[in-house]
Amino acid sequence: MTHTEKRILTNKIVMVLSTLSAAIGIAFLLWILSVLVINGIEAINWNIFIYEGAPPGYEQSGLKHALIGQLLLVGIATLIGVPLGIFGGTYLSEYGGLKSRLANVIRDVSDIMMSAPSIVIGSFVYAIFVAPMGNFSGWAGIIALTIIMVPVILRTTDDMLQLVPSTLREAAFALGAPKYKVILQVVIRGAKTGILTGVLLGVARVSGETAPLLFTSFNDNFLNTDLSQPIASLTVTMFNYATSPYEDWQKLGWAAAFILSMFILGLNILGRLILIKRKRK
Amino acid sequence: MPTIIDITEDKAIEVKNFEFTYAGSDEPNLKNISMPIAKNRVTALIGPSGCGKTTLLRSFNRMHDLYPGNSYAGEILFEGRNILQEKEDMIKLRTQIGMIFQKPTAFPMSIFDNVAYGLRLKGIKNKSELADRVEKALKDAAIWKETSARLKHDANGLSGGQQQRLCIARAIAVEPEVLLFDEPTSALDPISTQGIERLIIELKEKVSILIVTHNMQQAARVSDYTGFMYLGDLIELGRTEDLFVTPCEKLTEEYITGKFG
Ligand SMILES: Nc1ncnc2c1ncn2[C@@H]1O[C@H](COP(=O)(O)OP(=O)(O)O)[C@@H](O)[C@H]1O
Ligand SMILES: [Mg+2]
Repeated sequence: MTHTEKRILTNKIVMVLSTLSAAIGIAFLLWILSVLVINGIEAINWNIFIYEGAPPGYEQSGLKHALIGQLLLVGIATLIGVPLGIFGGTYLSEYGGLKSRLANVIRDVSDIMMSAPSIVIGSFVYAIFVAPMGNFSGWAGIIALTIIMVPVILRTTDDMLQLVPSTLREAAFALGAPKYKVILQVVIRGAKTGILTGVLLGVARVSGETAPLLFTSFNDNFLNTDLSQPIASLTVTMFNYATSPYEDWQKLGWAAAFILSMFILGLNILGRLILIKRKRK
Repeated sequence: MPTIIDITEDKAIEVKNFEFTYAGSDEPNLKNISMPIAKNRVTALIGPSGCGKTTLLRSFNRMHDLYPGNSYAGEILFEGRNILQEKEDMIKLRTQIGMIFQKPTAFPMSIFDNVAYGLRLKGIKNKSELADRVEKALKDAAIWKETSARLKHDANGLSGGQQQRLCIARAIAVEPEVLLFDEPTSALDPISTQGIERLIIELKEKVSILIVTHNMQQAARVSDYTGFMYLGDLIELGRTEDLFVTPCEKLTEEYITGKFG
């Protein structure tokens, strides 16, 4: 076999192997999605949005409590986490820069936090908040979700602001703008689609979290909006219903899984669309 | 010793024994530069790449202050004061001495808001005054015709040449005394370049202009005075027609006849 023939053969082998691996991955993904969609659509009806949780065997049982709980937890975590992340990211990029030791320590710490298992964050919040307060609560869940969300938004903001060309900053300074106006009116505006994508990805990331909520907001089978008390979430409800032996609860579990997946899929698609639109410009 | 013409006209700026050192540099990047910048005239800076043209230009609006560790020495006299002094008000200085960059720097906002940016910084809020001054600036920058119907549109939709004119409009809207241009046409096509050059010549009725260019023909076309820089020194400054026809310094002659650079 000549050298060229050898290379052509290696090329073919590698191509077949990588195509095969990709096909296996996609096949499993499609399998999961189709099972989810088939079971989810079958389980969804109006009752889900009208009724709270009920003991097994009740007609009038739904997911209203979990949907509202989920919205409260994720919504308030977003309200707290987004400004924290954006301000922090702005500090890193605009006041710290790439040479600042403090900024680089913060960058490393957030990168570690992003890859830390979320259950660790959950137990941390349990130790510093739930245990001293004496009970599970919505606020504890919100704190856990915020801690998970902030590093994602912080780093995306940091990266996106650094992509803004420095000549744009200089041009604003050259017109006599003070630094805070340069940042607010020119730099952040120039990076706003990228920052928005970071926010969407951060929200999508925490929307699917279960482990940190198990230790913090825990669960409630009925509607509760008092954040000082345990509160239902789609993820924990799904976990409980899906692992229960009752068929009607399992069905509700499928419905919760379907709604949650569609929500997160929607956020991800929206994030991609915004990025594509920006690149076209 | 460099040959620096002693101009008899009014001066907008007078540089005396100026030195500049970048952070971390062992020796000054600009050495003992003295030069006048004539009022309502165009002064061009030429010289091989890396000789310090941009560095000198960015000293006049203290752009180097944006990055830590850079240091100035000597004097740059403007309106009777040395602008290198500690107490100099950067915000005021930069509204008096404007700058146009190599690549167009349109802000991510509408055409109108781009031109109004400096005016709003100055505290002008009155809508009709803003509209009047934006229109005037766009007309003075010869881009009113192309933009008047789409002032609300995103400035990034304009072509490169149009964006550069927009940046000029933005800079002249605040009515500066001096405008600094750093190779303003190096990213543009020949037709846009011609337009910008014509504009620069028109603008000198109102402002004093200092332009850096790597293109000797451009310097010859637009400027009244030309300075030749080499390795951080200003070698020669003279009337443009003299410098290109009968340079005093051997280095200048070698450069303009294409022996190096
Ligand atoms: N930010 C900087 N830090 C340190 N040295 C620099 C910096 N910018 C430019 N220099 C150096 O200063 C000299 C002059 O550069 P510059 O003014 O950009 O030249 P020109 O505009 O004439 O091409 C060059 O030797 C360059 O390497
Ligand atoms: Mg330069």
